[in-house]
Amino acid sequence: MKTELSGSHAGASISETSPVDTMNDIVMAGNKSKGGRPYFLEDPAVERVLNISMAIAADLAVLHERLDTIERLLEARGHLSRKDIEAFVPDDSVAEERQTWHARFSARILRIIQQEVEAVAKPENNVPMRTIADEINEM
Amino acid sequence: MSYQLPPVWTKLQQHAVFPEFNHDERARYNFLANLNRYVSTVIAPGNKLAYDRRVEPNFVKEHDRSFKDRFELGEAMKQDSIYQMWAALRRSTMEMRQQNGRAVVLRQAEQLASKVAELLKGNDSLQLKDDFMVPPYLTHVDNHLMPGSYHTEYFSGDVSNAANYDSGLFVTSGGMLGSLTDGGGRAIAAWVKETYPNFHPKRIMDVGCGLGHNTLPIAQAFPNAVVIGIDAGTPMLRYGAARAHSLGVHNVKFIQADAADMKEFTDESFDWVQTTMFLHETGGKSIHAIFNEIKRILKNGGLNLHIEQPQYTSDMSMYEQFMRDWDAYYNAEPFWGHMHDLAPVDLMEEAGVPRDKFMQVGVKAINDLDKNKRDGKVTEDYGRSPIWNVFGGWKSATN
Repeated sequence: MKTELSGSHAGASISETSPVDTMNDIVMAGNKSKGGRPYFLEDPAVERVLNISMAIAADLAVLHERLDTIERLLEARGHLSRKDIEAFVPDDSVAEERQTWHARFSARILRIIQQEVEAVAKPENNVPMRTIADEINEM
Repeated sequence: MSYQLPPVWTKLQQHAVFPEFNHDERARYNFLANLNRYVSTVIAPGNKLAYDRRVEPNFVKEHDRSFKDRFELGEAMKQDSIYQMWAALRRSTMEMRQQNGRAVVLRQAEQLASKVAELLKGNDSLQLKDDFMVPPYLTHVDNHLMPGSYHTEYFSGDVSNAANYDSGLFVTSGGMLGSLTDGGGRAIAAWVKETYPNFHPKRIMDVGCGLGHNTLPIAQAFPNAVVIGIDAGTPMLRYGAARAHSLGVHNVKFIQADAADMKEFTDESFDWVQTTMFLHETGGKSIHAIFNEIKRILKNGGLNLHIEQPQYTSDMSMYEQFMRDWDAYYNAEPFWGHMHDLAPVDLMEEAGVPRDKFMQVGVKAINDLDKNKRDGKVTEDYGRSPIWNVFGGWKSATN
């Protein structure tokens, strides 16, 4: 955005450190409004992560809608039938490839829970790093 | 299917100054409207369950009494995990809505400004003032978490914040205000015509008209009247005048003025003075000055109506008062709570309506996107549902 910006919300908080003329509409879109931000969860860090997760969910929904548009346009132009998509049955090798994708996907999303389980399973692997550092110092 | 889906964003009417949305920007708003619908119909009812089943019983057990006011109740609710997650999500959707809407309008801010300027060439429906002082109750807060609120211009001729506001109300209301987001104005215009068929106002004033969402339906319902909308926000008035012009509504003017000091209008010069969802965005002192000014400009025997959320009366449960306060504190409409503690009958007396002539009715948005559901059940969403309280009355025929 080339326009010279003015006013109390012209990305003032970033203007000192950022090249305003190249990035301000991106940063301005996410400017904070007046007043302290309330946090509702006991740990604000959890709420920050929730907000990041919801933004990712938003763009997953956007991607889904875009794919839906593509399918419908391809179908309307005779390149593809949505019925064929719905009726698609993978052969064995495709099936394995896809199931592997799902498994990796689940593992990526729930990594933190998996590691919590591992922590319980192997308590010996939960020594604080400061202790390990001291131990290594003696090695 | 009993789950009511919100309309898709493309159902909104694209008037000439409406910002252009690309595919993914539209999808982003569809996501948010659906998310808001889910949060308000599936998760929000959990608040009441939590309150009834654990928050209140636990408090009573501990203190041997119930809550003394909505603030004490609130402190207990804020410890509940369902309330916490609901509130965190509600705040998050509102912040996302602002960021997404701003991203759309800021990238095309210059094009929007020139479209508006083009439409307003040779048009006398807009009157701005170079030396206008924005009332402090507006500069003190960013209403609805919209950075810069209604009044900030990012450059000369800018309409960004108005365009953002116009395009995004769909998200907050879940599309329940109709294709032009004018369900409130349509409702009041229809109600007045139906209730007072012999009322033929010549001059109508809409105080705090914003970009004219609810002003235009009144102008359309009374084509022989001159409708004047006043507001403090330069981008809103500018965008509103261009929007009205593009929608073919020509009996309306957008004038920059302070509602608490409408010196440009003479005494007893309007047949009807209206405000729509405006009073709760004013201030504790200004509101009385505004009612005094309304009394002054309204003709004797004239009509004075206000669309608002319900007042907090002793009939309203403390729980509901607390829930309705959410938008005051967390959606940056801080006067909302105090305003709804005032008695409308007192305010109307200040506007020259005798106490025995005070009236109060409920109206529901007229939503052209939702014809079949017009009389259907609407899930209570404290402050977000398209159901309002109208209060007002006829000013005394004599001074």
